[in-house]
Amino acid sequence: MTLLRAGRWTTLAGLALLAGLYVRALAFTPVERFQGPAQKIFYVHVPAAWTTMLAMGLVGVAGILYLLLRDRRFDRFAEASAEVGTVFAVVMLTTGPIWAKPIWGTWWTWDARLTFTLFLFLLFLGYLTLRGAVTEPDLRARYSAVLGICGLVLLPFIHLSVYLFRTLHPRPIVLQPARPALPPEMLVTLLLGVAAMLVLYTGFVMQRIALARRREMEAHDLA
Amino acid sequence: MLLRAEGLRHAFGPIRALDDISFTLAAGRTLAVFGPNGAGKTTLLRVLAGLIRPQAGSARVEGGPRAIGWIGHQSHLYGHLTVRENLAFWAELYHVPPAGRRSRVTEVLERVGLADRADQPVRVLSRGLTQRAAIGRAIVHDPRVLLLDEPFTGLDLAAAAQFRHLLAELGASGRAAVLATHNVEEGAELASDLAFQVRGRFVWSGPRSGTTAEIAAAYRRAVAGG
Amino acid sequence: MGEALRDAWTIARKDLRLEFRSRTAILSALVFTVLVLLVLNFGRDPTAVAARDLAPGILWVTFTFAAMLALNRAFQLELENQALDGLLLAPVSATSLYWGKLIANLAFVAVVEAVGLPVFVLLFNVPVAHALLPLLGVIALATVGFVAVGTLFSAMVIRTRFAELMLPVLLLPFLIPPLIGAVQATARLLAARPVSEVSGVLRLLAAYDIVFVLLATLLFPHTVRE
Repeated sequence: MTLLRAGRWTTLAGLALLAGLYVRALAFTPVERFQGPAQKIFYVHVPAAWTTMLAMGLVGVAGILYLLLRDRRFDRFAEASAEVGTVFAVVMLTTGPIWAKPIWGTWWTWDARLTFTLFLFLLFLGYLTLRGAVTEPDLRARYSAVLGICGLVLLPFIHLSVYLFRTLHPRPIVLQPARPALPPEMLVTLLLGVAAMLVLYTGFVMQRIALARRREMEAHDLA
Repeated sequence: MLLRAEGLRHAFGPIRALDDISFTLAAGRTLAVFGPNGAGKTTLLRVLAGLIRPQAGSARVEGGPRAIGWIGHQSHLYGHLTVRENLAFWAELYHVPPAGRRSRVTEVLERVGLADRADQPVRVLSRGLTQRAAIGRAIVHDPRVLLLDEPFTGLDLAAAAQFRHLLAELGASGRAAVLATHNVEEGAELASDLAFQVRGRFVWSGPRSGTTAEIAAAYRRAVAGG
Repeated sequence: MGEALRDAWTIARKDLRLEFRSRTAILSALVFTVLVLLVLNFGRDPTAVAARDLAPGILWVTFTFAAMLALNRAFQLELENQALDGLLLAPVSATSLYWGKLIANLAFVAVVEAVGLPVFVLLFNVPVAHALLPLLGVIALATVGFVAVGTLFSAMVIRTRFAELMLPVLLLPFLIPPLIGAVQATARLLAARPVSEVSGVLRLLAAYDIVFVLLATLLFPHTVRE
């Protein structure tokens, strides 16, 4: 099976898992005591945030591998991961406010996850802009690797900064349940969410890499 | 052998700038590489200088970057610094020993005929004088190998004559040079060895023989045929 | 190692001499800083918001802009003077080049900050004497953070289209940790909180600096050499 086909099947599987997640979260998971049904977005948002972070992390790791081994495949993977990560980030950043407005009355709350995702989004934006601004493939791969690695190292600092930042902006409403007490049913739903996001991510990345390969081959044939 | 190139290959996309180039250069020899625009002459020099890593093959200059002097399209001179300050900076960067640095700079200023302009900022100099300053910058650290990319551009007659004299001197004192140019007449006078580069390949190379006119004719045939 | 530092210092001195000889860049940066502070001062309603609440943000926005101006200059300078290849040809390591540029950039930004801080204190009437030393520490630590990363990126953006626009776009996420830390710490210091309360932030800033200076040193050779 070609990479593109495999990617499409994987994406379908991811969408199925996502559908399953919705069903389970809405119908079969207990409602959280303090926040009510509104809390349920947590099962989509938290895994999405983690996947976005993973996408950035992998861009950095691919960058390290590229600089060490000079294999173009790592660059192609990094490009795919960055694009998919951006999509995830954009989805989160749009669904977050759209969901928050009717519930909390404001478009933006400095919620830890959303803020972190915003900063990640900016990182991805910079990465993709850099790629777009360099025409020569070797130079582009090298520069992207450098930026990607810096992004990877930046992740823990962003996490710490978001934490610092939140102490500046105490939010009256918390969009996450109290950490220690997570009953098993909620945990399972969360894990289902993580699985759905990871599978979706993998499916999209596979398709993107397949597309990149096809484009490169076409460009080669034209030359 | 001061310089050794083996099987150099380098392409920019579909354009082959270097196509299996090999040669050696001994002390005292000057290789003139003639070729039309786009033949890969500049790429060859940049690979020899170590600015580009070739996709295949290797190039070695004995002594490494310290032993190379470069004259090309860019002056590598800072407009707001004086000629003397520029030479002093490059001398320092190339690790010319501090004790003799000042006198070396003065000596080079005399050699290129800029002693009276030493304390003028480079940006007020004419194109020809700037090129002379660039030559000074290239030799201030006493390199054993000179790489020259179209060095006669912008030189007035007096400066060109002085430059030819300088190159001959350097050749006589055991230095080697690779000179890339499309100006066959100028290059042929100075060279001990010649190469015709067309589309990345040395279509002909060997020691210089015959008159300048004969060489020019042979070159034109090579370009037409290649 | 010693030679690498000496080369870095040679390059830094050259940059500083150039900047202070031509004066345009440093003067523009100084004027710009004062202008920004003036505008922000006139733009606020002193009865509505206390100076002390706005002050840290204003100070850091101003310093960030100043740093951007310096960073844009760093490698642009080499391009303007057609000297970048010259630096790459010379027997100096890429690391020395990075450190040289870093030192020069830090000096440039330090001058702008040294003028900006007193102007800020004057305009916003914010007492700093009680916490001057820790405040200077915060300023120093945060500045090193963004200049270290900015110097690395400025080497990359010169070969892209829209270089001046690219640098802020790339740098923005990397400014967030040092800026958040700096604004936090500045706010607390200006509010006369004890230094112990900012020690956590200072540690974060220092960690950021160490990590990114090391990382940039490691990665810089990949941006200028293949």
